Amino acid sequence: MRISDRLPDHPDFLWADAEPRKSYDVVVIGGGGHGLATAYYLAAHHGITNVAVLEKGWLAGGNMARNTTIIRSNYLWDESAGIYEHSLKLWETLEDELDTQVLFSQRGVLNLAHNLADVREGKRRVNANQLNGLDAQWLSPEEIGKLVPILDVSDRPRHPVVGGTFQPRAGIAKHDYVAWGFARAAHALGVDIVQNCEVTGFQTSGDTVMAVETSRGTIGCGKVALAAAGHTAVLAGHLGVRLPLQSHPLQALVSELLEQVLDTVVMSNAVHVYVSQAHKGELVMGAGVDAHVGYGQRGSFHVIEEQMAAAVELFPIFGRAHVLRTWAGIVDVTPDASPIVGTLPFDNAFVNCGWGTGGFKATPGVGSVYADTVAHGRPHELAAPFALDRFTTGRLIDEHGAAAVAH
Amino acid sequence: MLRIPCPHCGERDETEFHYGGEAGVDYPADPSALADDAWAAYLFLRANPRGWFRERWFHGSGCRLWFALERHTVTDEIRSA
Repeated sequence: MRISDRLPDHPDFLWADAEPRKSYDVVVIGGGGHGLATAYYLAAHHGITNVAVLEKGWLAGGNMARNTTIIRSNYLWDESAGIYEHSLKLWETLEDELDTQVLFSQRGVLNLAHNLADVREGKRRVNANQLNGLDAQWLSPEEIGKLVPILDVSDRPRHPVVGGTFQPRAGIAKHDYVAWGFARAAHALGVDIVQNCEVTGFQTSGDTVMAVETSRGTIGCGKVALAAAGHTAVLAGHLGVRLPLQSHPLQALVSELLEQVLDTVVMSNAVHVYVSQAHKGELVMGAGVDAHVGYGQRGSFHVIEEQMAAAVELFPIFGRAHVLRTWAGIVDVTPDASPIVGTLPFDNAFVNCGWGTGGFKATPGVGSVYADTVAHGRPHELAAPFALDRFTTGRLIDEHGAAAVAH
Repeated sequence: MLRIPCPHCGERDETEFHYGGEAGVDYPADPSALADDAWAAYLFLRANPRGWFRERWFHGSGCRLWFALERHTVTDEIRSA
């Protein structure tokens, strides 16, 4: 008996790989988490099913496959707490919504403080979070030691742990399952998912975008919604719009599979590392962005080196682990470290970008908010503060303190 | 690791430098005369090309001087500005 005869049949495909049609009511550009979620909510909650998601590579092969899957909502400002907590609430019911597993694990996220400035920022953020009804707490080093026994909370490290913020409802999810879940559910409602379809330009008439030019032909659009993360500035350039974005490589890595030793997500902005342990057992770690503008999906090794030094200092037990794989995604960073969600200066063009290093957590939240914005042609109330014109009016939403390098 | 050709010190590791973003962005001659959108553009809008990019670097661990170069943002190839 041949081995292949003993193997199970290939499972059914979760979605069909569509040929692009001549036109759609809504063309979503970008087949990552945000684009797929937006298409799903357009179809499921707004009855707009004549929708295409155009992806230049393969489905969810960009930042959706390259992030560290951290989900939290403990941001400083009211506007941020609004949209991120909306997203966290959707994560809590996402498996029912999509009728699929996403392995959302609310294991808590700990943000470490290493100095007086960190303590002040952290306590201020906990207070702001509590005023917004979020489950934020301040923990002492002793409490942190009990929560994460493998973390060195003595005064030995170069940057000792002097406290930390904790959000118990935060956690991680399985990024592929999230993308596949949205793709399957969107496809079942009639959405076309078109892979290997790169957008190369737009046809406009006055203030209206008539069609999208792609590597697979011209596709007419009733509305067009950008959801292309690091490549949004390039797309907006085709529309003649300049956006306040800088695209940077953001690196992450995994270790080999290890026994479960860490059941909390631990982040440290001061020493530039964040770490969790995936369900299979690999340690998943991220760092800050590489400083320079880059689209090459690779970063410099010294960034990884500094991140590992910080991780081993905090977690001596990691000293014998091995780096299995490193990679980078291209993240689009705004001047105030907050996203841009809303309208472009056209009658029927919309933008969702600038999520920088922290877009994964927002996937269901921004999917629902952006779909509502596109469906009704005006910003959803949670998106309104994140409009592009805030850079002219000065109403910035400065999350550098709360977001810092780690998102 | 990028290797950055400092015009004064020669080619050195990226870790000796600080990044300065897009080159050639001049401070407005008369800032108070600018409309809000022009001031916002000066503060916040920078080129972000996929391709050749003229950018500034500061050689903090060497000559401590600013200079500009052209780097390809996909391949990281560098050529003089």
